[in-house]
Amino acid sequence: MVNDPAAISPSVRPIDEAPRASVDRSLVALGGAAACIVGLVLLALAVSVLGMALPSIRELGFGFVVGRHWDPAHGDLGALPFLYGTIVTSVVALLVAVPVALGVAIFLTDLGPPPLRRPVAALVELLAAVPGVVYGLWAAIVLAPLLRTTLEPALEAHLGFLPMFRGPKVGVGLLCASLVLAVMILPTVASMSREVLRAVPTELREGGLALGATRWDVVRRIVLPHAKSGIFGAVLLGFGRAVGETMAVAMVVGSRPEITGSLLSPGYTMTSVIANEFAEATSVLHVAALAEIGVLLFVLTFAFNVAARILVAKVRGSESATARDVPAREDHEAA
Amino acid sequence: MTTELDVAYPARKLAARLATAACCAAVAIALVPLLAVLFYVAKRGLGALSVSFFTELPRPVGERGGGMANAIGGTIELVLLASAMGIPIGIAAGLFLAEYRTTRLARVVRFSADVLAGVPSIIVGVVVYATVVVRMQHFSTLAGAGALAILMLPLVARTTDELARTVPDSLREAALALGASRWRIAIHVVLRTAAPGIRAGCMLAVARVCGETAPLLFTAFNNRFWNESFADPTSSLQVQIFTYAMSPYDDWHAQAWAAALVLVAMVVVLNLAARRVLRGPKPA
Amino acid sequence: MTARESSPEKMRAEGLSAWFGGKRALKDITLPLVERKVTAVIGPSGCGKSTFIRCLNRMHEVVPGARTGGKVLLDGRSIYTRDVDPVRVRRRVGMVFQKPNPFPAMSVRDNVLAGLRLSGIVPPDPNRLAEDALRQAALWDDVKDALDRPGGALSGGQQQRLCIARCLALEPEVVLMDEPCSSLDPAATAKIEELIHELRERYTIVIVTHSMQQAARVSDFTAFFNVGELVEYDLADVIFTKPSDPRTEDYITGRFG
Repeated sequence: MVNDPAAISPSVRPIDEAPRASVDRSLVALGGAAACIVGLVLLALAVSVLGMALPSIRELGFGFVVGRHWDPAHGDLGALPFLYGTIVTSVVALLVAVPVALGVAIFLTDLGPPPLRRPVAALVELLAAVPGVVYGLWAAIVLAPLLRTTLEPALEAHLGFLPMFRGPKVGVGLLCASLVLAVMILPTVASMSREVLRAVPTELREGGLALGATRWDVVRRIVLPHAKSGIFGAVLLGFGRAVGETMAVAMVVGSRPEITGSLLSPGYTMTSVIANEFAEATSVLHVAALAEIGVLLFVLTFAFNVAARILVAKVRGSESATARDVPAREDHEAA
Repeated sequence: MTTELDVAYPARKLAARLATAACCAAVAIALVPLLAVLFYVAKRGLGALSVSFFTELPRPVGERGGGMANAIGGTIELVLLASAMGIPIGIAAGLFLAEYRTTRLARVVRFSADVLAGVPSIIVGVVVYATVVVRMQHFSTLAGAGALAILMLPLVARTTDELARTVPDSLREAALALGASRWRIAIHVVLRTAAPGIRAGCMLAVARVCGETAPLLFTAFNNRFWNESFADPTSSLQVQIFTYAMSPYDDWHAQAWAAALVLVAMVVVLNLAARRVLRGPKPA
Repeated sequence: MTARESSPEKMRAEGLSAWFGGKRALKDITLPLVERKVTAVIGPSGCGKSTFIRCLNRMHEVVPGARTGGKVLLDGRSIYTRDVDPVRVRRRVGMVFQKPNPFPAMSVRDNVLAGLRLSGIVPPDPNRLAEDALRQAALWDDVKDALDRPGGALSGGQQQRLCIARCLALEPEVVLMDEPCSSLDPAATAKIEELIHELRERYTIVIVTHSMQQAARVSDFTAFFNVGELVEYDLADVIFTKPSDPRTEDYITGRFG
């Protein structure tokens, strides 16, 4: 701002605030308006999807949520198979992805060889950016046949005593959707967890090391307890993403609104039924029922995201003042 | 007690080794499928890529060859249009959030932006369909871009907000002491100081919506030809990948891999460019 | 001079250098640390004094990109050879940091026992052990009724003495102190200095300080560092009354730094 002579020398610009003040006010108003747009868009989304769902809410009532049959042609509309599919795929995805993601996060902050940390982190971030539809393409053409020919027969042979691992071996289905979701949320959970672990102050780590603890002792007994709620937040955020992901799931879930109890059988999820049927739905009730699924989806992701953000913010916020990559010690700060 | 520590030490050392090995294994497990995706996209995509892919329109089923010129154009058009709507509003909103961070409006909007960022993109598609497509009575490029812009808004706004807040207050106070007004400071001092980060953030937001498919399904829809105006439906790489992947034709699968390669290349280039912008001015 | 030669050396740096990435922070330091004496390391900001003591218990290498060259001997044996585990070195050479860093999630008692707790060891008589360490750190009377309160709830000076207690509970042979009083008020500083006087009976102490008065008050030997080099080392009395190097004289008379 020192480059701006007008700001320094009153002689260049007379001290006549009136016109400037009004320009100023309108600029502030513009910024405020832009901010309002963000809020209003959210409101409009919520209100209009709820409005669209009204016919279905009125006509089908609570039975919609627990109805097990989905037959739009005969007006028999129940959302349970979709809720079931969404929850099963998301939970299985989390079970697969979270331990691995946590391992990656700990590798990146504490245990990995330092020269490898940066490239691995960059790769993980890059993979978070690959579009869902590309993961879907891979899952449909590469992963599903692989499941059909090798993984699913193996699962049934070894774990077939569990009903969830018995069923048709067709490749596409809840298991395939879960696995592709796991691959997709892994980078998200890993990089969020990494942020949270990094926010644990360096002094605490060094305090532990100086007492003769191993790096793993420090991770297990200082870093993880300190970051617990934040990691839980990262997991919830991953769950929110898994619930909301549409394309990859739509491409491999099998699109059959059934509840079979088997992971191998085809299923359906909330997002994928909207993607597949919304454009072709003709009856008012069918459209409204799909919109109501959208409402449920909205509520579900809303709850998880808000909870996740509160938890992550708690860890990050309280430590942001001390969160540093490298401890700032006078000896290497001074050039 | 010292001796107890020394007795227990080999076990702890082993535990530390095992934990480190487990973390390395986790990295390997994580990277295998992720790299497999990239590997297949590169391999199958390169095999199917040709000059005509970039210059020709799709051919009907059964006819070999053809390209996705209109889909590449469509994706670029959608993203540019969405950026034109989403980025300016997002930056203005983000600056407001940062400069008036303590006001109730800012708190409500910041919360809304966070929630909006978590809304499944398919819902945005449904709502834009109901409010724009139904009213205009046909699918359109504009509707698709609008849906993408909604997805960009919270990303750009929150990035700007976060970055603008890292501009130290001492800089703001210095400008205030020189008689500059609050909003002038926001534009000349804060925005300029945070510019590289905001630019990178916008690029990442663009990269993010480049791949968004779900909201386009019932807004921009698809088009076998070039769209003639923003009021026409348009083809896009994302939707073409979905359509072709779901088809039973090997030829179309090959085209889908080629489209995926082009799309991933666009996203990766944007990401790398964003990194470079971030790293450029200050030594990392 | 004769005092220095006749006293046994607990540790010794020999041709010690240290780097942060490409930047060299220490150049060829050779310095003895006499057993059961207090050695103070003084020098202007950025002179490498903190880096130096972090090399003495292999904490320097914890910073990404940091490395060392040369030798550090502990009881005549190098701590930088391949077969030496840094974790074991740190058990024998304890450290107190510039900013008090008690573990916020642990109680006062658990903080004192943290060295064991972190290693998953439950001592046979934890209360006794905690009391001993707290008494040695002159903190027992302050906290004996607050052992179950979180460590972060104590005052700054008490937190620092808690960190000293935590270090002493492991019965180290050497205690390194990295500007232990720089974030404390004068009253708390005085208490820590008193404590150092008592601890020298049992431990070899190395203290980094930016305060020459403090160095003069607490140390038996003083080393003056400047831009990563050891300028002068001698009995504290000698350094502060008739230093032989003009740079030391400039520094202690306040003409510099």
